[in-house]
Amino acid sequence: MTEQRLLDIQGLKVHFRTDDGWVRAVDGVDIGVDRGETVCVVGESGCGKTVTAKSVLKLIDMPPGKIAAGKILWQGRDIVPMRAAEMRAIRSKEIGFIFQEPMTSLNPVYTVGYQIAETVRQHEGLSKRAATDRAAEMLRLVNIPNPAKRVHDYPHQFSGGMRQRVVIAMALACNPKLIIADEPTTALDVTIQAGILDLLNEMKERLGMAVLLITHAMGVVAETAQRVVVMYAGQVVEEAPVAPLFARPLHPYTQGLIRSIPRLDLAATEHKRLEAIPGAVPSLLDPPRGCRFAARCRYAIPECTAAPPPLRELGAGHFAACIRAEEIAEGRAQPAGVAA
Amino acid sequence: MTQYLIRRLLIAIPSILGISVILFAVLALAPGDPFEELATNPAIPPEVRQNLRASLGLDDPIHVRYFAWLTSMLRGDWGFSFVSRIPVDDLILQRLPTTIAVIGASQVLAICIAIPIGVFAATRPYSIFDQIANTLAFVGFSLPTFFTGLLLILLFSIHLDWLPFVYRTQLDSTGWQWWWDQVRQSIMPVTVLGLFQGAALVRFVRSAVLDVIRLDYVTTARAKGIPESAVTLRHIVRNAMIPVVTLLALQMPAVFGGAIVTEQIFRVPGIGSLLISAVLANDTPVIMAVTFVFACLVILFNLIADILYGWLDPRISYR
Amino acid sequence: MAGSTPASATASAGVPASGGDRPRVGPWLEAWRRFRKHRLAVVSAVILAILVLGVAFGPLIWTVPIDEIDFSKRLDGPSWEHPMGTDDLGQDLLARILYGGRISLAVGFAAMFVALVVGVLVGAVAGMAGGKTDAALMWLTDLFLSLPQLPLLLLIIYLFRDSLVSVVGPEMGVFILIVVVIGGFNWMQVARLVRAQFFSLREKEFVEAARALGASKTRMVLVHILPNSLGPIIVAATIDIAAAIIAESTLSFLGLGFPPDIPTWGRLLFDAKDNLDFAPHWALFPGLMIFLTVLSINFVGDGLRDAFDPRRVKS
Repeated sequence: MTEQRLLDIQGLKVHFRTDDGWVRAVDGVDIGVDRGETVCVVGESGCGKTVTAKSVLKLIDMPPGKIAAGKILWQGRDIVPMRAAEMRAIRSKEIGFIFQEPMTSLNPVYTVGYQIAETVRQHEGLSKRAATDRAAEMLRLVNIPNPAKRVHDYPHQFSGGMRQRVVIAMALACNPKLIIADEPTTALDVTIQAGILDLLNEMKERLGMAVLLITHAMGVVAETAQRVVVMYAGQVVEEAPVAPLFARPLHPYTQGLIRSIPRLDLAATEHKRLEAIPGAVPSLLDPPRGCRFAARCRYAIPECTAAPPPLRELGAGHFAACIRAEEIAEGRAQPAGVAA
Repeated sequence: MTQYLIRRLLIAIPSILGISVILFAVLALAPGDPFEELATNPAIPPEVRQNLRASLGLDDPIHVRYFAWLTSMLRGDWGFSFVSRIPVDDLILQRLPTTIAVIGASQVLAICIAIPIGVFAATRPYSIFDQIANTLAFVGFSLPTFFTGLLLILLFSIHLDWLPFVYRTQLDSTGWQWWWDQVRQSIMPVTVLGLFQGAALVRFVRSAVLDVIRLDYVTTARAKGIPESAVTLRHIVRNAMIPVVTLLALQMPAVFGGAIVTEQIFRVPGIGSLLISAVLANDTPVIMAVTFVFACLVILFNLIADILYGWLDPRISYR
Repeated sequence: MAGSTPASATASAGVPASGGDRPRVGPWLEAWRRFRKHRLAVVSAVILAILVLGVAFGPLIWTVPIDEIDFSKRLDGPSWEHPMGTDDLGQDLLARILYGGRISLAVGFAAMFVALVVGVLVGAVAGMAGGKTDAALMWLTDLFLSLPQLPLLLLIIYLFRDSLVSVVGPEMGVFILIVVVIGGFNWMQVARLVRAQFFSLREKEFVEAARALGASKTRMVLVHILPNSLGPIIVAATIDIAAAIIAESTLSFLGLGFPPDIPTWGRLLFDAKDNLDFAPHWALFPGLMIFLTVLSINFVGDGLRDAFDPRRVKS
C-alpha cells in the first residue's frame, strides 16, 4: 500500500437521524480501491454497503444523514469537507455511478440521449449537437442496437435490461476513473443479469477504469471481483482477494454467506441443504458492544460480546474481524451450542 | 400525440352531454312553470306566452324537449333575456371577455406565487420557511373570497384610498391613463382570486415536489455533477408540474365560484355578476345559459389541462 | 448463476431504521399519538370546540335578543354593552353572530352528513359491483367533479326555493334545500376513497376469510370494509364541513341563501358590505368567525390526515 490509492475510505461513519435516535448505518468502514481494480462490497440488505457507496459521491440525503467521522480520499484528497462545486467536478467526470433500479433511475420526461448528453455538456462543455452525437456513440458502446435513432427515445420505450445499459452509458460518458455500481443487476431478470455483468467487465477492460461493485449476491462476487470486502451491520468483517476468500473464509459470517450459495455440483453427492443464517441483523440504533454477529454466530463465546473484535491481517491481504478466526479456519473451533 | 388529443376530445363529448342532462333535469324537475313570470306580467298577452311555450316546445314529451333544448343550446340559440330583451348570447359574449381576463390574470398570479414558494418550501421540508409558507397557505384558502374582497376594500379603498372599489366598464380617461386606470381597478379582483387559488396551489406544488424529490432519477441527476439549481429545475420542478396540472384542472369549478363572488363584490361586468343579477331578477334564460357556459368553460379548461399533460409527460401519448 | 444468489437467506431483511420496539398500541391510540404531534391541529381542535360550544350554549349566557331594534344605537362600534357592536337597526351583533353560527355550523355538519351518505353509498356500490356499474358510477363521479358548482347551486336554489318554502316554512325550507344541494355536490371525494378502499381491502385476508365463512355482502361491508376505510373518510368528511360552511356563506353573501331575518354569518356580511366605510366591525366580526371556523377545520383535517396516514409522519 505504498502507492497512493485511487479511492481510500478511512474510518467512515455515516449516521442518520430518525424519530428514535441516530442510526449508525456505517460505523467505521475502511475500503480501498486501486487503479483498474474491481472491488466487491458484499453483505445483506441494511448492512450499510449502499450508504457507503453513496457517501463517496455525497449522494446521501443530508439531513437526515451526516458523515459523522472518517475520510474519503479521492486520489489523496479528502472529499468529506469539499464544497458543492468541487464535489460536482468529481461526480460523473471522475467517478461514475450506476444505480440499482434501472426502471426509476432515468427521468421519464427526457429522451435518453438528452440525459446522457446532460452529463457530457456539464463536464466537457460540448454543444448540444456534439453531446447528442456522443450519447449515440455511448449507446453503441453499450451494445444498444440502432443507437442513432434510439437516442431520441424516452426511457419507457426501453426494457429493463436496455435501460440499465443506458444508465451504464451515462456513467461512462465522461470516461471516469472509477465506476461505483450499486447492485446493478438486482432488479433485473436472471437471464439479463449475466449480460449486464459481462458488459461491465468488458467496459472495465476496454476503458481501464476501476470498479467498486456493491452487491448482496455471492455469485456476482465470484464472477467479477479481484478483492472482496464483506460488511455486516455497518462494519467490515472480512476483506480478502477473491480466491482466498472463497477457499478459506475466516469470518463465520462470510462462511455463512458462502454456504448459502446453491451449488449444483455438490447438491447430489454431498446431501447438503442450503444453509440459512439464523437470526436477524442487530438494530443499528444501539448496536451491541462486542462482535455484532455474535448473536447469530454458532461459534460465539462469552469473550465475543465483551469488546469489538479488531480487523486483523491473518494472511496476505486477508483481514478478518473475529477473535476465533484461526481456530475456525483450522476447524478446531467447536460450535458453541455443540460443545455445551 | 394527435391520437391522444382526439381521444381526449371524444371523452369531452359525453361530459358535455352529461352536464346538459343534469342541467335540463334540474330545469324539468323544477316545480312550477319557469315562465310564470310571463304569466303574471300583464304587459305580455297570453297569446305571446302561448307562442313562446310552443316555440320552446314546453308541452312536448321530455326527451323531445331535451333534444330540442340541446340543439338550440349548441346552436347558440339561447333566447332572450326577460329583463333586458336582448338576445342572451349577445349578453354573454359582451361580458365573457372580462370574466376570462380576470380569471386568466388571477391564474397567472396564482401560478407566479405558488410555484416558487411551493418549490422553495419543498426543497427545505420542515424548515421555518416551509412552516410559515404552509401556515399561510392554510390561512389563504380558509379565507373565503367574499371576506378577502371586503378586507381589501376596507384597507385599500376606504382606509388608504389607493384603489377604486367599483370596476367601471366605461373609463373616462384615454391613452396611458386608460391603461393605468384599467390596471388599478383590476388589482383587487385579480388579487382576491389569485391569492385564494395560489394558496391552494402552494400546497399542491409542495406535495408534488416532495413526491418527486425522493425519486431515484433525482439522485441520478445529482450524480451527474450538474448544479443543484439545474437538478431542481430540470429534474424536480419539470416532473412535479405533471400532477400539478391535473390538480389545477380539478380546481377550475372552485375558481369559477370564486370569480362569481369576486365579480359581484367589485361589480366587475362579467358573466358571474350577470348570473347573480339574473337570479335576483328571475331571468331564467340568462341563468340557464350562463350556467351552461360555465360548464363548457370547465370542460374547455380540462381539455387544455389534458393537452398540457400530454405535452409535459411523453409517456402519455403511448398509453 | 450470476447474481441470483442472495447473500443470506435470512427471513427478515431487518433494516433497523425506525424502531419496531415501541410498545404496541391500538390503531386509534396510535392515530391519537400522531394527531397530538401536529400542534396547530390540536390548537385548532380546541378553538373549534370552543366555537361549537359557544354557538350552542352562548345564547343561554348572552341573552340579548337578536332582533331588538334600537335606533339610538345604530352602527355603534364594539362597547361593553354590545361587545361586537350593532348593525344599522341597532341590533346586537354578538347575539346575531352566536345565533347565525348555529345555522352556519349546522349547515356544515348536516351537509357533510349528506355528502358522507351519498359518497359511501356510491363508493360502496361501485366498489362491490365492479365492472360496468363501477365504470358508470365513476364516470358520474368525475362528471360531478367538473360541474360548475356555484352556478348550479344558484340555479337549483332559484328554481326550487319557493315551492319548498311554501311546504315547510322559510327557515326549514331553505335549510333543507341548502344542505341537500351542498351535500349533493361534495360527495365525490368520499365516493372515490370508499371505492379505492374497497378494491384494496377486498383481496385482503380477513375479508377473504369472512367471505369464505359465508358472510353476507352487506355484513361484510358494514363489519369488515367500512371500519377499515374509516380514517381517510373521516379526513374527507372534515374537509367537507369546511367546504359546506364556505358554500353556505357564499350563497348568503350573494343574498341568495337564508332570508334576511336569519342572520347566518354570510348573511351578516351581505348586510354589512354596503356600510363598510362607517361600520367595518359589522363585516369584520362575522367574517372572522367564518375564517376562524374554516381555518380550524382545515387544520384539524390536516392533523387527522397525519394521524391516519403513517406515511406522512414528519422527522
